[in-house]
Amino acid sequence: MVKITGIEFRNPTILASGIMGTTGASLVRMANSGAGAVVTKSIGPEPKAGHPNPSMVKLECGFLNAMGLPNPSYADFDNEIKIAKEGADVPVIASIFGGNAEEFVRVAEGLADSKPDAFELNVSCPHAEGYGATIGTDSCMVESITAAVCDVVDVPVWVKLTPNVTDIKSIGKAAENGGAAAVVAINTLRGMAIDINSGYPILGNRFGGLSGSAVKPVAIKCVYDLYEALEIPVIGVGGVSTWEDAVEMIMAGASAVQIGSAVHEGVEVFADIATGIEQFLQNNGYAGVEDITGLAHEVI
Amino acid sequence: MRPINSKITKIIEETPSIRTFRFDTSLDDAQPGQFVMVWVRGVDEVPMGCSFKNGITVQKVGDATSRLFEMKEGDSVGLRGPFGKGFTLPAKDENILIIAGGVGVAPLGPLADEAISVGAKVTTILGARTASELVFEQRFSEAGDVHLTTDDGSAGTCGFVTTVLADMDVSEYDRICVCGPEIMMFNVLKMLEEKGVHDRAEFSLHRYFKCAIGVCGACCMDHEGLRVCKDGPVLNGSLLLDSEFGNYKRSSSSQRVKV
Repeated sequence: MVKITGIEFRNPTILASGIMGTTGASLVRMANSGAGAVVTKSIGPEPKAGHPNPSMVKLECGFLNAMGLPNPSYADFDNEIKIAKEGADVPVIASIFGGNAEEFVRVAEGLADSKPDAFELNVSCPHAEGYGATIGTDSCMVESITAAVCDVVDVPVWVKLTPNVTDIKSIGKAAENGGAAAVVAINTLRGMAIDINSGYPILGNRFGGLSGSAVKPVAIKCVYDLYEALEIPVIGVGGVSTWEDAVEMIMAGASAVQIGSAVHEGVEVFADIATGIEQFLQNNGYAGVEDITGLAHEVI
Repeated sequence: MRPINSKITKIIEETPSIRTFRFDTSLDDAQPGQFVMVWVRGVDEVPMGCSFKNGITVQKVGDATSRLFEMKEGDSVGLRGPFGKGFTLPAKDENILIIAGGVGVAPLGPLADEAISVGAKVTTILGARTASELVFEQRFSEAGDVHLTTDDGSAGTCGFVTTVLADMDVSEYDRICVCGPEIMMFNVLKMLEEKGVHDRAEFSLHRYFKCAIGVCGACCMDHEGLRVCKDGPVLNGSLLLDSEFGNYKRSSSSQRVKV
């Protein structure tokens, strides 16, 4: 059992936003596959079709995607959260996005009736103009949006950060100052692939975000830095596909880990990683995840 | 995987609105029922059932297929795949019923070929709106008996595939493999359920795909959260009872839309 921002999770693995989170039924399936909590697809103020395909490709080193925040809008999504809450025996976190504080507030208020256990603010999607990282690279906007959402909801607010900044600590601080209960780091790294036969960028949006094993060292460093700079918990995400990756992320400073692209190898990944972490803790005489959270800071 | 640059080697006009495109790329490990993502550069990338190891059979329905229909032999597209799970492969002496409607023949053609090669017995119900829209009639005839049906009666039985199916003793088939418009497949499923053999039936489904590799969840079906791109596109009839199948699907923005 892990407790973060007042919410109890049965294990420290969490389904990352954007993965299998479009419907209530798929969120339930991920919970039944062993996830300790699930985060929905990012939901916005209006229905959005997203970018044209190809929107995700597996490359030699990881995955490149530019979905373009496809979503049915909060008005059509509250029912999916209700389905997830009824069917899943784990906390359900609503990921939301908007172009400004008013839109974030409108979406959060629109979803409040479906009673998500927390909100995760997406200020980090790297390829949606006017949304995501456009906001998340500006610490003033991060602080004001976080504060605005915190004002209108009565559940914890997490803020998911982009690594595409010079200093992620200052953005993390802004989220903390705005009232965030936790930060989630990292979202994808901006990237691109080109088809050398035609010269066309492969993604329909031309560029997108890199995820998977390739980004893990970047995520570890961001989590390490944020753990040092912030008082609030850090939830680690980026390239976690094995229990060893998860333990490494936790030792960098994460209180829990989110898992995204690794679902590609099988939905059993949550149970496999949770069991692996538990076994590691037992084998080494640790009482819980909190015993190794940030261990890499203490040994030096 | 990155898209494989694939040159169109041959275009066959199957009907006024359906064409087969053969490529210089052969996906030799493709199983009947698996699909490829076809990247029409600068327009879109769309899923297509493999009608041959090196070919797809396409109906003109949207931007990507319209652009594909403007292409000539020698032009190229990007192909990724094969993806997903196909039909259960036929075994020697098995008795297989194929039910195909319209361009739904695409993944079933290779299944018929595979069935003959292993010594299975094939019967096909082949349906279309009108005689000129029937596809792969000869290909299915080479595999076994074919029952034709057209909405307007211009060939075979006047009616739908279910008109023919209603008079058949389906209990004699080991497996029933179906692809066509969803309403057609739904009516087939209902009829097979009444006859108590829906768990012998496999359906090749269509849903809106984004990632196509089982990660994003855009194609998930209620109520089990099955991913059509990775757990399917071929799904057993028993998984489809009490699902959204035949009722609704999701649009590109994941809104529910009626089938």
